[in-house]
Amino acid sequence: MTTYYDHSTFHPDFLTKGKDITIALAGQPNMGKSTLFNLFTGLNQHVGNWTGKTVEKREGTFQSHHRNIHLIDLPGTYSLTANSPEEVIAREYILQEKPDLVIAVVSAANLERSLYLVSELIALPIPLIVALNMVDVAKMEGIEVNAAVLEAALGVPVVPVVATHAHSARNLLNVLEENIQNNFSNLNPNIPEIRADHREVLQEIKSLIQDSLPAEYPAYWAATKMLEGDSEIEKLVKNCLTPEQWQTVASILKEHDDSYLAIASGRYDWIGRMIRAAVHRPRAGQISVTDQLDRWATHPIIGLVFLAAVLGLVFWLTFAIGAPLQDWLDSAVIAPLGEWAGMQLVDAPVWLNGLIVDGIIGGVGAVLTFLPIIIIFFAIFGLLEDVGYMARAAYVMDNFMHWMGLHGKSFLPLFLGFGCNVPAVMGARVIESYPARILTILLAPLIPCTARMAVVAFLAPAFFGKQAGLVTWGLILFSLAILVISGVILNRILFKGERTAFIMELPLYHIPNLRSTALLVWQRSLSFIRKAGTLILMMSLVVWALSVLPGGDLESSYLARIGNLFAPIGKWMGLDWRLTVALLTSFFAKENSIATLGVLFSSSEESGLTQTLAATYSTATGLSFLVVSLLFIPCAATVAVIHQETGSWKWTLVNILLMLVLSIGTASGVYALANLIGL
Amino acid sequence: MSIPLKTMPLSELPAGEHACVMALDFGRGISARLTTLGFTPGAELTMIQNYGHGPLVVTIRDTRIALGRREAQSILIQRKPNDNVL
Repeated sequence: MTTYYDHSTFHPDFLTKGKDITIALAGQPNMGKSTLFNLFTGLNQHVGNWTGKTVEKREGTFQSHHRNIHLIDLPGTYSLTANSPEEVIAREYILQEKPDLVIAVVSAANLERSLYLVSELIALPIPLIVALNMVDVAKMEGIEVNAAVLEAALGVPVVPVVATHAHSARNLLNVLEENIQNNFSNLNPNIPEIRADHREVLQEIKSLIQDSLPAEYPAYWAATKMLEGDSEIEKLVKNCLTPEQWQTVASILKEHDDSYLAIASGRYDWIGRMIRAAVHRPRAGQISVTDQLDRWATHPIIGLVFLAAVLGLVFWLTFAIGAPLQDWLDSAVIAPLGEWAGMQLVDAPVWLNGLIVDGIIGGVGAVLTFLPIIIIFFAIFGLLEDVGYMARAAYVMDNFMHWMGLHGKSFLPLFLGFGCNVPAVMGARVIESYPARILTILLAPLIPCTARMAVVAFLAPAFFGKQAGLVTWGLILFSLAILVISGVILNRILFKGERTAFIMELPLYHIPNLRSTALLVWQRSLSFIRKAGTLILMMSLVVWALSVLPGGDLESSYLARIGNLFAPIGKWMGLDWRLTVALLTSFFAKENSIATLGVLFSSSEESGLTQTLAATYSTATGLSFLVVSLLFIPCAATVAVIHQETGSWKWTLVNILLMLVLSIGTASGVYALANLIGL
Repeated sequence: MSIPLKTMPLSELPAGEHACVMALDFGRGISARLTTLGFTPGAELTMIQNYGHGPLVVTIRDTRIALGRREAQSILIQRKPNDNVL
């Protein structure tokens, strides 16, 4: 018998370890892993990033059987080969941080595929428990899984759970405690073997590298990964070997460069043996709920109509509920707070009053009023994701997105941009390929967000009267057209028309978990508020300082000087220095431009301002200002997340320059054209 | 590599038909992703949706996978006789 592994080293000594243990939760995407994580940790969780990566790291603690349990939610991955940052994170954590235990979440509804990750985890030197989730969904699909039979085959505990029910979590914890009590001595994992025709070469590589590898990497595991073509492990091994040794290994690898097929096949053969007796299909051949729904949801025409209806509903909800709430926050909370602070500071120096009332409350407050809209967007999108619809939306949009060298997965982050560009940029995380992710981020600021729509909605009636609605609609279509054209061109020049592969799982539809969605919304909102309290606060202070220094009034401030500096460029677009300054202040928050115009024309009453503007500027100037406002450089908050998500100042600058060129270019063109036709 | 005569790209399999995966004609990166998802030689799949243009959906190992047309063109399959069709 080939022994890849000595299992006597598997058993950590829990009795000498004290009471606290660390558990890593592993699983493929769409297995309900996050729901299980939320069930255990509730609000007692912390969301951050894995060191040096833009991948979300979630950890939490809870108590069970008088033990503190520290739970780490590993990123959802299909395997442990270095195809994506998530996979590298998951396996490095298991191998280097050595949790006391790994719980693998698998779905009873697609057991075969979900056991693929288990076939890799079970071969690692860490005890494993399998949580058999989605038993209820499987039943709906006509699949029954016998957990005891599966447990006997795998040689590790298999616990059926329904991640939405608390009692099944208790069940899992009881099994866990039982195994800790007997030090995992009942574990007798059945390890998959490589296909017979590759056993020899695996042994050969293993013996060549085993004396040089760092202790945390099992030699057989590293050898398997190298045969799978894992570039990270190849690099690691290369650094551990002498050049001659590496030559030998490299030539063997080259000779067997198709061995990843043998390894994957070997694992699926093993899975086939594991599930043969455990899975029953009493109602084989029935048409499942998912198949029925997908007939409509993924249809090339009906699917698009359905998507349009869903998005229409999202817009309607956002504006019917979100916009009044935003107004209320503004008029009932932020404005009175400013007034109250102004009263308290009436004896304080003028600069302090301005700093707190205009700089902090005015600036950060304006951004915070977008919270209701952001919450509604996140809640609806979270629910749609949980139901399983999001993947269908990406699927029906795939054709259209191809024009821009993107695929369906880029559609949803971009759509989020209508609410706010910040979540749009963050949402680009779901796209695996780096060029496609960068392109999606670069295009996201071209989506007119609610703040810019508010500016347009306020100014359009000033210049176009009754035609304002039509003009607004036209402007939105215009900026979307610019987005598509930019996408096509950027894809050609930056990424040489490279196309990314569209391979996506369509998960089974299931009832959404409200608790999970609520937690998601809570965490996202919290991180938005945190950003408002730090970065946006800083930015708003800088803009405020520029607008009052050195003299104390806007007309003679540094900001006005900057405005005058850019006045020649403003002239191309028909803008005078006041409109130019208004545009510059929109960098801090898009709706600022109206507030700035209010200050510059010293008329705080809104109706007064629209009349003044209509009297001061020609329609051509008005139109040009609307265009440049829609396309101008992203607001400070968006710039901050662009930097965070791309991890590069280069791309952040490219994005700013892109928007600058696009906005000034198109607005100048529009102005010239409008003059030509005599507007 | 010798490919049997009846082999064809997955993109040409009509909806409702069954087939066996024969080979993946990609670079190693995409091939590795697909094999992980279950597209190993010999694996059985069913075409769920294929309108002749745009992306398509197959079921493989109880999982629905959406594939771009380009990806489907590079997956070689062998059609299996279907009871309902000739």
